[in-house]
Amino acid sequence: MDLQEAQAHLANLLRVASDAFHKVPGSAVLVRYIRSSYQNDPVRSAIELVLFIFFIRYLLSPSYSTSKENYVKLTEEEIDELVDEWTPEPLVAAPTPQEEAELEKIPVIAGPTGPKSKLANGKTVTNLASYNFYNFNANEQIKDKAIQALRTYGVGPCGPPQFYGTQDVHMKTEADIASYLGTEGCIVYAHAFSTISSVIPSFCKRGDIIVADRGVNYSIRRGLEISRSSVKWYNHNDFEDLEQVMRKVVKEQAGKKLTRRFIVTEALFETTGDINDLPKLIELKEKYKFRLMLDETWSFGVLGRTGRGLTEAQNVDPSQVDMIVGSLAGPLCAGGGFCAGAKEVVEHQRVSSTAYTFSAALPAMLAVTASECINLLQSNPEILQQCRDNIRLMRAQLDPRSDWVVCTSDPENPIMILIIKPDVVHARRLTVEDQERLLQECVDEALANGVLITKLKTAPIAKHTSLKDGSYVPTPALKVCVTSGLSKKDVEKAGVTIRHAITKVMTRKTNNKLGVPTA
Amino acid sequence: MPRKFNPFSTSTMPQTERLGERRPSQSKNRLAGLFTKSKEQLQNPQRLQGPSPQMSSPSPLPTISLSTAAGGELDTDESPTTLFEPPSADEAQAQKRRDAQFGPLLDRNHLYVSAHQGGKLLPPIEDEPPYYYVLTTYISYLVLIFLGHARDFFGKRFGDKKSYQSLKVHNGYAPLNDDFDNFYVRRLKRRLDDCFARPTTGVPGRYITLIDRDSNDYNRTYRYTGTYTETLNMSSYNYLGFAQSEGPCADAVEDCVRKTGLSLASPRADTGTSELALEVEREVAKFVGKPAAMVFSMGFVTNAGTFPALVSRGDLIISDELNHASIRIGARLSGAVIRSFKHNNMEDLERKLREAISQGQPRTHRPWKKILVAVEGLYSMEGTMVDLPGVLELKRKYKFYLYIDEAHSIGALGPRGRGVCDYFGIDPSEVDILMGTLTKSFGANGGYIAADKSIIDGLRISNAASLLGESPTPSVLMQILSSLRLITGELCPGQGEERLQRLAFNSRYLRLGLKRLGFITYGHDDSPIIPVVLYNPGKMSAFSHEMLKRKISVVVVGYPATPLISSRARFCISAAHNKDDMDRVLAACDEVGDILQLKYSTGIAGGQDPLPEGVTPEMEAEWRKANGLEGVYKPPRWKLTDVLARGVQDAKEPLR
Repeated sequence: MDLQEAQAHLANLLRVASDAFHKVPGSAVLVRYIRSSYQNDPVRSAIELVLFIFFIRYLLSPSYSTSKENYVKLTEEEIDELVDEWTPEPLVAAPTPQEEAELEKIPVIAGPTGPKSKLANGKTVTNLASYNFYNFNANEQIKDKAIQALRTYGVGPCGPPQFYGTQDVHMKTEADIASYLGTEGCIVYAHAFSTISSVIPSFCKRGDIIVADRGVNYSIRRGLEISRSSVKWYNHNDFEDLEQVMRKVVKEQAGKKLTRRFIVTEALFETTGDINDLPKLIELKEKYKFRLMLDETWSFGVLGRTGRGLTEAQNVDPSQVDMIVGSLAGPLCAGGGFCAGAKEVVEHQRVSSTAYTFSAALPAMLAVTASECINLLQSNPEILQQCRDNIRLMRAQLDPRSDWVVCTSDPENPIMILIIKPDVVHARRLTVEDQERLLQECVDEALANGVLITKLKTAPIAKHTSLKDGSYVPTPALKVCVTSGLSKKDVEKAGVTIRHAITKVMTRKTNNKLGVPTA
Repeated sequence: MPRKFNPFSTSTMPQTERLGERRPSQSKNRLAGLFTKSKEQLQNPQRLQGPSPQMSSPSPLPTISLSTAAGGELDTDESPTTLFEPPSADEAQAQKRRDAQFGPLLDRNHLYVSAHQGGKLLPPIEDEPPYYYVLTTYISYLVLIFLGHARDFFGKRFGDKKSYQSLKVHNGYAPLNDDFDNFYVRRLKRRLDDCFARPTTGVPGRYITLIDRDSNDYNRTYRYTGTYTETLNMSSYNYLGFAQSEGPCADAVEDCVRKTGLSLASPRADTGTSELALEVEREVAKFVGKPAAMVFSMGFVTNAGTFPALVSRGDLIISDELNHASIRIGARLSGAVIRSFKHNNMEDLERKLREAISQGQPRTHRPWKKILVAVEGLYSMEGTMVDLPGVLELKRKYKFYLYIDEAHSIGALGPRGRGVCDYFGIDPSEVDILMGTLTKSFGANGGYIAADKSIIDGLRISNAASLLGESPTPSVLMQILSSLRLITGELCPGQGEERLQRLAFNSRYLRLGLKRLGFITYGHDDSPIIPVVLYNPGKMSAFSHEMLKRKISVVVVGYPATPLISSRARFCISAAHNKDDMDRVLAACDEVGDILQLKYSTGIAGGQDPLPEGVTPEMEAEWRKANGLEGVYKPPRWKLTDVLARGVQDAKEPLR
């Protein structure tokens, strides 16, 4: 009886199924097709069926190989044993004594930073190590504006720009920067260091070509690495080499699908302080149809009559540079960075630039600070002139007068990069580590005499090896940041102190085993 | 600029005119009043027992001159004539303004302690909509894609040259945007673009003020109408309500800016290290329960910079598939091999671990140097919490290192607000690295890493973001410090705790209400992020607009941030909300849910009718068995009045 019941049930089920099938639109066509193709030839139908199944399987299979040739089959017990045996390395290697000493030496500021800063040990020193070139940090007018913003917006915007984190102050800051620079648009990021690391990969994709200066800073290198584009290098500020590389790229790419090509370089270089030649870059870029990404992190608010950067200093129309990236965190004493360019360049980043979309917006008070500082620079260009005067004074004390160091920075760059003279390095056979150690002693000695300077941080770039043949070891250097907040006398005094500190360290007996410089 | 009309074309501050209408001449007086109040609160903690201590407005008038003369620098321009004014219309206005940032607590009963109730953390039950909605969602996308391609095809040939220029080879330059990559943005996102990046002004607190805009060219450009709309803010990550322009935090920040200026204008390794920064780091370490911590000026870079400093070639990162982009970028920069496991799925994680350890590195079979498992405490798109007990169990066996990104969970979870470890009652020393952001719960900006001292010291030397990136500004540091002290109770005792409990209550209350109304929500019950699934892409913009009509601002998210099918709206709960606000959201959702047919739920994920008298939730399984109700769920479609009537009481029970 069970069997009969089951049979009846099955028949019923079949009937329902076939009814349902006939109700599906197009089922009649399918039935007709199968009937006509069957034609009493079961072999043909079978082959068709096999083909059909193969087709479906092919469609569903992943497009890449998933075979694990190298896979070793192990039993569960063996795996357990391996798990027991495996001992991982420590998460972070313990710092070496030298690194520990360096950590200890990081100065701690008590109270406000300024031309004269108080350190946590109670000593007041001349601060020539922060990017507070115009001492905007102490400007009461800017502080008032920032506090006004605080009392209107609170501190954090509590959300990414795409989700209600865009405040009117951000839009104003963007408009201010764009009109200051003379570009169509501008986008403000919450962090200067991450800006270019995020701008590069938002435009440069796999298959695109980037030609980059060998001396570019670490943020750019990070961006290049994330972009997955093909990166070609040219020697630092060597335009002949650049042209050669570009020519080669054009030649190699001839006949292929046109890809995006970019030149990535800095206006004032972070590791050497020297200046780029923008008219030459523009000429080359237009000749070979490259786009230009210019990192103005160290030149925005510094170069040019009103501080607009390299474009103003070298009289280039900013619209000829495709992307201008800059920082609001340095001399502007605010926070965050920006990328200025054409409208579509800016709008593209709002959707596809990771550091913009996946990060909270800039605090309103910092955006207001940036706007105010730009305002000040624009209306009082003499601030810049004062700083330049101080740079000249400081340089006079150091570059030609010191027997031991040379300044590689541009004469208008408030960050003076001082490297040990090459002939000294040569004569004493100083390795990079030796130079680092000597310069650290110079920093310590200067600090002991009341002048706070710092050393160029070369480790991130030197250790960054994942970009093919882009490896570059920056020359160890001292960094002296000039500020307009000091009087002429103070600047000269600080310059003398630094010079004497360097001389003292370099002529110290323990450092002098290998002989005096020939010069 | 994507607009024809620029409201900020002049270089004056944009808020001056707004300030004019919102903050009349009494501002000095009000500031002074606040200074007094915070001081007074410190001295009289018993006063804080009343509802919303910060909002209570005692008449501090006679004390003003005393306290301001003692401490503030504002007293110099304090005019004594305003001292004895009775509470005026301005005072009422100021109170209203304060309430708009942080709502008053209506009843001491509207509090709940966020803590794990013991047992295994079960994954939330995921409800599914009827097939009709799944099908129509796919069809919607097909229609959108087809229309988009058709428009592109004709547009490129006959359309306006300028709008397609960036897609075509122009003057020898390859197109700036990839046609294919850009398709989604142009053809799908543009349609609902006005739901994103709505410009705001003022504090993103309990309410948020939107700057109205409209578009007459399909969201290509916007026109600012010059009006503002104050909406209930269900969109900001303001979990503890510290987005305030008044109160102890803002006062401390103002003081700090006056004293230490705006910025340190230097990376940490040069001269960007201040005593304040070190103090914040000590406090953060103490708060999360780790020996040492370091702070960064951006949350994104905290992840993106730390992974390369922790792992490198020869190491393996096993990352949850739904981890945030910053973790993915950091992992990619590190050079380590990256594998992912299914979201919060411990079996899958174990499988991946066994395979990784037994097989070793690809090709060479050398053992991995180390394995780092990266998870988030609270997933911002799903509202799910990491199964921390499960992960730690595996950690003990497989000896991997654990990195928890507490971007959303710090401050938002746990009885003391100290994140997932606190929530599950787990000793933070069991986790190797605790990372978090200071943007969300603390109302500041930036992120932190907390770990053992040796690890932090190592990171300080090797983390490029601290060697070269800008240091956090004093204002941000002070906001972190003061909000931290409020949470721990060092400042205004009782207020921090109240904020935490308000957040927990609000989260559960709203989630329960939404379930009962018939919405499908994702995530764990204690999560302050409540995603409501909308499915059809058209419903994203419709939902956002309908809610905006009811003056509630919500975030809608769709593909590619979510799977194609499950577009969602996301409610972010805050301690600044009170029960009235939650009721307002529920009422709006009830209406909008009916209009847009959003009540999909089948009841398996909760929202059931209350149990009969005498049956406790623990007895539910037995009761169902006895009454033959096993597996029988009625689709919940409660009436709004019933939801509101039972909500407070039931939100404190296990949600069902």
